[in-house]
Amino acid sequence: MDAILDQFLNFAIMQKVWPLLLRGLGTTLYLCALVIPLGLAGGLLVALLSRSKRRAVTWAAIALVDLFRAAPPLVLLILLYSGLPFAGINLSPTVAVCLAFFCNTSSYYGEIYRAGIESVGRGQWEAARSTGLSAPQTLAYVVLPQAVRNVLPDLVSNTIEVVKLTSIASVVSFPELLYSADMARSLTFNSSPVVLAALIYVVILWPLVRLVSRLERRVAAH
Amino acid sequence: MTAWERFVDTFFKPAMLAQYWPDILKGMLVTVEIAAAVVTTGLALGLALASLRAYRLLAVNALIVVFVDVFRALPPLVAILLIYFGFPSIGINLPSFVVLWLVLSFVLAAFAEEIFWAGITSTPKGQWEAARSTGLSFSQTLAYVVMPQAVRLGVPPLTNRTIAITKNTALGTVIGVGEILNQATTAQSFTGNATPLMMGAIAYIVLFVPVVALGRWIETRFAWRRA
Repeated sequence: MDAILDQFLNFAIMQKVWPLLLRGLGTTLYLCALVIPLGLAGGLLVALLSRSKRRAVTWAAIALVDLFRAAPPLVLLILLYSGLPFAGINLSPTVAVCLAFFCNTSSYYGEIYRAGIESVGRGQWEAARSTGLSAPQTLAYVVLPQAVRNVLPDLVSNTIEVVKLTSIASVVSFPELLYSADMARSLTFNSSPVVLAALIYVVILWPLVRLVSRLERRVAAH
Repeated sequence: MTAWERFVDTFFKPAMLAQYWPDILKGMLVTVEIAAAVVTTGLALGLALASLRAYRLLAVNALIVVFVDVFRALPPLVAILLIYFGFPSIGINLPSFVVLWLVLSFVLAAFAEEIFWAGITSTPKGQWEAARSTGLSFSQTLAYVVMPQAVRLGVPPLTNRTIAITKNTALGTVIGVGEILNQATTAQSFTGNATPLMMGAIAYIVLFVPVVALGRWIETRFAWRRA
């Protein structure tokens, strides 16, 4: 038992690596602040394109979404980070991570927006247009607010997944929380830093996980 | 060399395609094996936990909720590194594929439990009462009346979640599981060429595009409007 505590809950070591992990957490949050808005914007674009009147555009958008939902994000990231240099294109870890996340998350967010837009009745479009609103105005003031409300649990739940996903950036030496913890582990020969990182992730994301459960129940009750 | 030739030479070099496709194929097999294991155990464990939760035993339910919440909030890569590098120092040596299988199964079980549980709670009370009054026991009502509906309700949300978690088998490369990505990065480090990586990406797309398309179909097929 003592061995387990010493290996996984060594407070002396946790205290020592705390500043390092805090810096890692800061980098994780910075990364989230980059990739979540990018993904939300890209997703909206993809959702709108997949509802285009031009068949070719619709098909291209759906094909792209399915392609990026089929490729694991870590594969995309490694392809961009380790593959592109062979073609003479060197991306910094930050750019590679942002690009890989953009492809992945905008596909997932896009599917959610699409479901949300489809959940708003056709009549709403027609009514809004007949009051003299233009198509972009109808979308922005009438359809999107309702669409987002209908799929809010999925949007939040996907955002949790994106935050969790930032941990794969450690594989390309991006100094986020997991990378810092793993570095601390190899320096101290002790797993407590990784346990601390796990606790930090859970403490940050647990309220959001609860929120999703509550939102899901509320939407289901409608 | 034109730009196009250079592109082909970097990402689709024929000699490398010929040399490394058996490795990539071997990786695909490992990926499929782990994915199948994760889906089976993850869904079974999720179903078992949701059924157990229906008995409303306070202490048991508290444990289930903690398990579910932790594995929904924790990035799988963190759990993988923790178990693979941490456990040997307390005398537990697990092979890398076992670690990957365990972690992904737990993550899937957590999400599946939550989805099945939502199905159980959304079954109207009248159904429970009607089933019990015909003489079915609590367990029989759960097994024959409530769970079939809960599972059916859970199919659409669970399909996409399952696909997403199955794709996480790629995380195994970090601890050296010989799946597709691991084969690809190993080959790439020998060749100094991006072709094996591209082959790996294509292998995933070949495996998962049909699954994603199937998921789309299941979503519409099982979409169940409750009046």
